[in-house]
Amino acid sequence: MPKKAPEELTWRDLEIGCAVLEPGSASEYKTGDWRSRQPVWDFTKCIKCSLCYTYCPDASVHQRDDGYYEANLYYCKGCSICAQECPTSAIHMIEEGE
Amino acid sequence: MAKRVGMEVSFAIAEAAKLARSEVIAAYPITPQTHIVERLAELVADGELDAEYIPVESEHSVMSACLGSSAVGARTFTATAGQGLELMHEVLFVASSSRLPVVMAVANRAISGPLNVWGDHSDVMATRDCGWIQIFTENGQEAFDLTLCAFRIAEDHRVLFPTMVHLDGFHLSHMVEPLYPLEQAEVDDFLPPYHYPFALDPDKPVTLGAYGPPFIYTEAKKAQEVALRSTKEVILEVWREFNRRFGRQYSPVETYASEGADTLLLTMGSFSETAKVAVDRLRQQGEKVGQVRLRLWRPFPFEELQQAVRMAKTLIVLDRSLSVGGPGGPVCSEVKSALYHLKERPQIVSFVGGLGGRDISVADFENMVRKGQKLAAQGATEYYEMIGVRE
Repeated sequence: MPKKAPEELTWRDLEIGCAVLEPGSASEYKTGDWRSRQPVWDFTKCIKCSLCYTYCPDASVHQRDDGYYEANLYYCKGCSICAQECPTSAIHMIEEGE
Repeated sequence: MAKRVGMEVSFAIAEAAKLARSEVIAAYPITPQTHIVERLAELVADGELDAEYIPVESEHSVMSACLGSSAVGARTFTATAGQGLELMHEVLFVASSSRLPVVMAVANRAISGPLNVWGDHSDVMATRDCGWIQIFTENGQEAFDLTLCAFRIAEDHRVLFPTMVHLDGFHLSHMVEPLYPLEQAEVDDFLPPYHYPFALDPDKPVTLGAYGPPFIYTEAKKAQEVALRSTKEVILEVWREFNRRFGRQYSPVETYASEGADTLLLTMGSFSETAKVAVDRLRQQGEKVGQVRLRLWRPFPFEELQQAVRMAKTLIVLDRSLSVGGPGGPVCSEVKSALYHLKERPQIVSFVGGLGGRDISVADFENMVRKGQKLAAQGATEYYEMIGVRE
């Protein structure tokens, strides 16, 4: 049987006590749709210090091949901690949809 | 079968938890339950019970520790009362929604305030909807037997629900009663070892207690509701099996002298035994009075209750707690809703009494029956009466 999307699960599909038997499945859960604002990097100011990566509470910030950082918007909740902590103010938040 | 002995009922429950070979006991002492966990502490310290005894800092932690131990597959027992049950409150719901079969004795006690350590059912009623199986006992033998049965019921893979065994604080917990304990071999034969299907194991990772956002919470509650209701079949099966082995039968709703009775007195817990004496006296006076006792509080035994009371003219319900500002007695309120849709049903009279350790005598029960019959005849069944209150 093909795996159902979480929104299609009926009460009969749930394991006893809603146990989740597949390890690591939380990575499928899109927390990005909680976001109302998203971080934008200005690479002319970025010094690649990695503090945004360190402070991100959801491990949504990752380093690109060129050494700069960006957020994975599938998970980024838009909390703005990266923007707050950035020592060179290279990150600012923009409204979603701008 | 073991010899008949005199035993404090709290000790009888501890003995049952020992004979069940409980593997983890998390405990915080609280009156009137303290003797149960004190006795278990002794049994563990003396090497009579090979269990992990976890003294924690509060009842909230008791239940949290119980969740963890049950989830790794350890047979888990605890006991509490009154304020202690309330301090566990939020964790009780997690135990049942996670389907962890913890067994807990509750020495029923009034809830503060005013501060009161004595018995009534206000602690149970405040945790009524926490999703546990809840069973009431009336004497020492029942407390012993039904604690043992609770393990077998809770841990059955068709059940997997935490289970409370209720005994009235002091009126039952602190009485020395005659009872027949069971031998270890008999219990071992009756109660298979506990195996939790999703036991936490680093080699086989699972997530228990995941959060349920709006898209799945409703389905989770429906699954829990269907599962809890369907436990009744297993409860009946276990009680039948217990009777087959040991000769003592328990049922979700039990009756006494109810054959041909016009008036039925419905009670829960140890006061049922006093009420029985009152029923005997009234029967001797030619009154057609009988008794109905609710043993299984959750899942609520709708069919059995309807069957037991539908032919009576008057049903008198005694509650040992008060739904303040609500419909009076919570048990009566549920009984009414269970019977509401029946075309033929008795007039129901609600009494509230025995609060905070106040006694109810045989004469009080006789008066309750007479007054209840009078109120029913007048059709004055809308309100409840508080018995024994000084005006």
